[in-house]
Amino acid sequence: MRHYFTILNHETRMLLVNPGTYIAAVLFLAVMGFFFTGMLEGYGGAGQEQSPATIFFRFFFIPVFFMVPLLTMKCFAEERRLGTLETLLTTPVTTTEVVLAKFGSAYILYLALWASTGGFFYVLYRFAGDRFIDPGPLVGGYLFIAISGLLFVAIGVFASSLSRNVAVAAILSFTLLFGLIVGLNFLETMAVIDLEFMRPVKAAVGYAQVFEHLDDFSRGVVDTRQVIFYLSGTILTLIFSILGVEAKLLQG
Amino acid sequence: MTDSPSAPAFEVSELVKSYRGITAVNKISFSVARGEIIGFLGPNGAGKSTTMRILTGYIPATSGTVRVCGIPVATRAEEVKRIVGYMPENNPLPEDMRVSEYLYYRGRLKEIPRSRLGPRLDEVLERCDLTRVRHRILGQLSKGNRQRVGIAEAILAEPPVIIMDEPTIGLDPHQILIVRDLIASLRGRMTVIISSHILPEIEMTCDRVLIINRGQLVAQGTPSELRREFLGRTRYLVEYAGDSALLAGSLRLIDPTLQIESPPGEGTGEASRAESPDGFRKVFLTTRQESDQGESIIRILAAQPGIRLRSFTHSHASLEDVFLAATKRSWDIVDSPLPR
Ligand SMILES: Nc1ncnc2c1ncn2[C@@H]1O[C@H](COP(=O)(O)OP(=O)(O)OP(=O)(O)O)[C@@H](O)[C@H]1O
Ligand SMILES: [Mg+2]
Repeated sequence: MRHYFTILNHETRMLLVNPGTYIAAVLFLAVMGFFFTGMLEGYGGAGQEQSPATIFFRFFFIPVFFMVPLLTMKCFAEERRLGTLETLLTTPVTTTEVVLAKFGSAYILYLALWASTGGFFYVLYRFAGDRFIDPGPLVGGYLFIAISGLLFVAIGVFASSLSRNVAVAAILSFTLLFGLIVGLNFLETMAVIDLEFMRPVKAAVGYAQVFEHLDDFSRGVVDTRQVIFYLSGTILTLIFSILGVEAKLLQG
Repeated sequence: MTDSPSAPAFEVSELVKSYRGITAVNKISFSVARGEIIGFLGPNGAGKSTTMRILTGYIPATSGTVRVCGIPVATRAEEVKRIVGYMPENNPLPEDMRVSEYLYYRGRLKEIPRSRLGPRLDEVLERCDLTRVRHRILGQLSKGNRQRVGIAEAILAEPPVIIMDEPTIGLDPHQILIVRDLIASLRGRMTVIISSHILPEIEMTCDRVLIINRGQLVAQGTPSELRREFLGRTRYLVEYAGDSALLAGSLRLIDPTLQIESPPGEGTGEASRAESPDGFRKVFLTTRQESDQGESIIRILAAQPGIRLRSFTHSHASLEDVFLAATKRSWDIVDSPLPR
């Protein structure tokens, strides 16, 4: 791991000079700001029983769908297309270091963008006092974002490791994220899953319900099984990314 | 832990690499001594880049062994990557970094200590004539400068072994000269393997040449050894005026194997076309004899009253001829029907 911080530093700087990052940031803040004001208008009309943070974080998946692909699509696809992966991997660095550093830099940016939405809550707090700010759901929501973000960003890195085409990588990571967040949610409501022989599948699908995890976190319940779900999923996806990069070298 | 000083720089034996169905490299074996500059020649698709990628440990071989300074690439690729400086084909560079920034990052990856990296960077930039462009963005550099950034990157960590895939491709003659001097300045301190299509280039810089064709090594040796092996003859260029039958007759007296050929591109047999307006014409004389016949040829021709001699040179066959002969010979072998 000698080179980890060298590459992490480099990758973070490269993300900061990449226009794609700013497009992701602007889109993200615009969309989240739109949701936030929409939500506050809802409050203006009639009282709500849930705190603003709970409702706000329920929209988390929309920015994830476009932000994660935009932040991660380039990380391997672009290097492979330019051929710089060859120069990178012929220095004494290991594939593991490269994958972890690229993952790390994308994750840092992901967190930084989400952290900027803290500004919305700060503004709300300044003008409305602590009438609306309930620290429980707020902290729980951000914690959920930080933990689930590990897996989402890892999926983006994995998708990028499979292709040399940036657009293909972006579409692939969007598809995988969509499958994980929305697809599994939908699968649980289908009738097939209730069949007898599908019971193990039903258990697994029930365990991987991202929206339920969010609700638990917002209520202040941190279930270790859920944390383990994200951590093990992240580790597995990163291992697949390392294999993805190396398998491409094996077949040329 | 690292290399043993006595081992040759490269030992390659029975190297095979196949990509789904295509055999790109087929049983290549060679060895390179420390400090040699080796030229890798071959037509397009011969397997030069593939071989070089295997030597750097970037892609694994299908079978066969490669040792770099005594270290087997297959099992200890990490160590090999520490002692090899590599410039890939087409010299890929990131677009949006500055020259010095890029070289600094690469130096860190190559484990040059931070304290030594600054002075080393200045030294390399100076040597590759990049000091003026050190703050420019890589994506906006001219091709010559880009190519020199690639070379600077390869020699940055002062590795004992350097592999460069077509370092002079797409450069103008002036830049080629600079790159050639740069490579020549590494002689003795580093082992260098370069591939190229520019044959005079290779001939001037390299101690030894490996010619590969269709994944097989078809020839190796110094340029003069190759010339002798593949062309097997010495050639003289004579410019004279007079009767050509007389010339043939008098030459037959010295050496029966001497043959008269018109220079290429000037037609065979039609003496008139090779003739300059003042009646002089150029011909090649080729002999199979090992010893130098120059003196006796000049004496005979000068003594012949019907022939006026204007110039006489020992004509060196270019590496190009060797290259064409060697690759043609291997095609003949490959194309002949396989015995079953
Ligand atoms: N990644 C790959 N997948 C499949 N085949 C490949 C791959 N890389 C190279 N080849 C094939 O291997 C053969 C040798 O290619 P290589 O690039 O080594 O040739 P080369 O000698 O470097 O040619 P050039 O002078 O054009 O650079 C070619 O037939 C090529 O099509
Ligand atoms: Mg090549």
